[in-house]
Amino acid sequence: MAGGPQGSGVDTAAVIFSRACGYGGLHIYGKREYHSNIKGLHSYFHIRVSSREVLANSSSVDLLAAFDSETVVRHFHEVSPRGGLIVDERETQKNIFEIPTLPKEFKDDLKIKIEKLKLGETISDLLKYIEGRGGKVFIVPYMGLLRGIADKLGIDNLLRVMPTLNVLSIGISFSILRYDKGLVERAVRTTFSDRPRIAEMNLLALREAFDYAEKAFPEGLGTSLRVLRPSEERILIQGHQAIALGKIFGGCRVQTYYPITPAGDESWFLEAHEVFKIKGGEGSMLVLQAEDELAAINMANGAALAGARAATSTSGPGFSLMVEGLGWAGNSEVPVVITYYQRGGPSTGLPTRHGQDDLRFSVHAGHGEFARIVLASGDIRECFYDAAMAFNYAERYQVPVIHLVDKALADSYKTYEIFEAEGYRIQRGKILDEVKPGEEYKRFKIGDNAISPRVFLGTLGGVHWYTGDEHNEFGHITEHPRMRDSMVEKRMRKLELIDREIPLEEKINFYGERGAENIVVSWGSPKGAILEALKALNREGHSLGFLQVRMIHPLPWKEIREILRDRDKVIDVEMNYSGQLGGIIREKTGIPMSFFILKYNGRPMTSTEVQEALIEILKGRAPERRVLTYGS
Amino acid sequence: MAHESSSFRTDVFIDWCPGCGNFGILMALQGALEELGLEPHQVVLVSGIGCSGKTPHFVNAYGVHTLHGRLLPYAIGIKLANPDLEVIAVGGDGDGLGIGAGHFLSAGRRNVDVTYLLHNNGVYGLTKGQASPTLRLGVRTKSLARVNINNALNPVATALISGYTFVARGYAFDFRHLKDLIKRGIGHRGMSLIEILQPCPTYNDITTKEWYGGEDRRDPETGRPRPRIYKLEEEGFDPEVRDPDEAMEKLLRALSKSYEWGDRIPIGVFYKNEQSTYEERIAERLPSYFERPPARQRLSDETGVPLVDLRSLLEEFRVF
Repeated sequence: MAGGPQGSGVDTAAVIFSRACGYGGLHIYGKREYHSNIKGLHSYFHIRVSSREVLANSSSVDLLAAFDSETVVRHFHEVSPRGGLIVDERETQKNIFEIPTLPKEFKDDLKIKIEKLKLGETISDLLKYIEGRGGKVFIVPYMGLLRGIADKLGIDNLLRVMPTLNVLSIGISFSILRYDKGLVERAVRTTFSDRPRIAEMNLLALREAFDYAEKAFPEGLGTSLRVLRPSEERILIQGHQAIALGKIFGGCRVQTYYPITPAGDESWFLEAHEVFKIKGGEGSMLVLQAEDELAAINMANGAALAGARAATSTSGPGFSLMVEGLGWAGNSEVPVVITYYQRGGPSTGLPTRHGQDDLRFSVHAGHGEFARIVLASGDIRECFYDAAMAFNYAERYQVPVIHLVDKALADSYKTYEIFEAEGYRIQRGKILDEVKPGEEYKRFKIGDNAISPRVFLGTLGGVHWYTGDEHNEFGHITEHPRMRDSMVEKRMRKLELIDREIPLEEKINFYGERGAENIVVSWGSPKGAILEALKALNREGHSLGFLQVRMIHPLPWKEIREILRDRDKVIDVEMNYSGQLGGIIREKTGIPMSFFILKYNGRPMTSTEVQEALIEILKGRAPERRVLTYGS
Repeated sequence: MAHESSSFRTDVFIDWCPGCGNFGILMALQGALEELGLEPHQVVLVSGIGCSGKTPHFVNAYGVHTLHGRLLPYAIGIKLANPDLEVIAVGGDGDGLGIGAGHFLSAGRRNVDVTYLLHNNGVYGLTKGQASPTLRLGVRTKSLARVNINNALNPVATALISGYTFVARGYAFDFRHLKDLIKRGIGHRGMSLIEILQPCPTYNDITTKEWYGGEDRRDPETGRPRPRIYKLEEEGFDPEVRDPDEAMEKLLRALSKSYEWGDRIPIGVFYKNEQSTYEERIAERLPSYFERPPARQRLSDETGVPLVDLRSLLEEFRVF
């Protein structure tokens, strides 16, 4: 884990660290935590490295690189007994209650904590605590190292080499982990590939740090990172990038957005990749920054009518504004895709933190009744495939599709075997390229099934109308009772069609033994932590299966009912207060959840805390509701 | 319908009130489309909510009757997805300057090649005549319970300061003049606003057809009405910016002219300044934009396999 004030290079450090591990054939999983702030408040990056695939974070830290004293205060208790802490020598004498960026409520809690642990009030007291538990503390004279770098570069002003502090800490970290320096150098070069002078300065810092640590800490951490040579090709990718790639690959050619965290990164990425290679030439995506989310959704609706695969991307507050456009799309049968990055609500809520509070909102948003699809991805690979699949669903069924993801997926990093999409085919549904002279075209023709062929705006002979009002087959306004019935039924019958046609493997995943006595039910990003907990518990002899629901709406409730029926315990795991999926499952299947493991403090679930909560339930010692609290 | 000869007419019953200014606007619009030689399938009419919002249903062209205030986002989304379409937005004053005011301003920043007809009758007609953003301070129409205590927005001035590159005003009952304005607006490359003074015979008894026509102030000698409306072009007003150096001067003159009201109300073109359109600016970033705009890109081969080279996209993420 690396932590420091926002703006101090925590993110860059994490990227370099992750890349270096990836180059060495290791698996990583990492996630960012940051305040809604530009500079100064605490941020940190938590990375797990392993020779095997890692799916989530745990609640302990083996190596903590602290760029400031606040990081020590916030995370000292997480350092594991065999772990270590790297800290600047200037920070050690600081009084922990004099750190100005610590909020009052944090200090209140801290006071109780250090009294309980019988600790003093300086950073060095916390360091003693770590050492007392068997951990190692590596005190580094960062200022001296920086001065050395400045001298070698012939720079007087120390401020100019200050930005290399994060790379110094990476150098120290990898050195005490006995890792291959060459791979770290490569990671530094790649990260600063567009800024050669900065790259050189950082490479120098890296070498200085390695040299220093080899002399100062000859014993190292005691744990070492060994380089592997896997046979597969591997990528290191974040959730928002995977979604963006899924969109490009899946044929999205118009993306609209209004700036919002954490959705904004995706549109930035798309804009940076707006021209891309296709077979025999060049493709492009139009990325439009709208004046607000009202414009964003409605521009996307318009682009979809013209025949482009179109999407918009937002988070809770933006989606609230988009609801009227969603309803219009539902009424006019517009194939538009909304990528919805949840964060903690309500209102502005926790702008940069995680939550899964918006499942019911996605399913119910909008007045009136209309068909929509809500599709929830549980990991970064699913983010990629679902982003592409969302357009197929939208166009085949002529409905708005909400691709529901969250902050934890958006900016966590993970290594994957390179994405292949051999099986993916673009399916645009029923489209007429021309309407023959003399033929009458009806955009909303009532036929055998709920889907009438689409004609893009501008097609010869296909003139038709759209309206937010109730309409007849041509798209003209009507208030006629029989036509109203027909149109309501046409729109709503799509849900049955979707339910019938989309294969089960695209709607749910099941892990563990089919006949397990107990079933965990969840959706979205808790998947990783649950899978890790499941593996550990089943190894201990427990009988646990995991049902991950991806198709939230229309919910494949008959299949879910079959899976949940006659189990000993059904345990709902979600990042919200009320157990929203559990509630919907109960509504549709009549099967109540026996237990809820919930969390809403804005920090993703760790595998450790999910495992602990599950053990208590399996041992029959748990209350019906258990609220998880890990995180800083 | 009586006018089967016109290719831009539909057989949908026109349910506006008798004497509504919208009839004049509809005729002028259909006449303009015909005279420009456009085909129905080349034109997309986008409207908002209110009486004007129904316009597309009465025109035989692609019609997109959208949400209250959102006609411009739809118009822009459609036009940018397929710039070959002739996109015309038709909305009311409450729609464009009340609930949709943010979009009105932002459209000026972009200069997408869309023509925007803003029907201005001073009231929210379809909801029984509440005061709209263009109703003047101190006015009480017969539909209002109390006198209006808001100041009015000026559509022409607002368009000018927002960056619209063609700004004009027409009058619903001057068919020939309005038709000509619409043709010029469509012909203009960039974002055009045409404000249209539209009497509402049901709810607005202040700015009526008679009032615009000056029937309340007949010449005592001839007994003939003295119209309040006059044409800018008849007074030699030159709205066109031919040299960037004269842009500010012409903008300020247009702005000043737009505030003329009461005894003399100008109609005609206030300002015209051709600049790079949003589409042209997009094409600088996406070189193939005009040949293969978003709506016309091929996405897959015959079997549905995407044309995008996934491996080249993933290259920057490779670590092993």
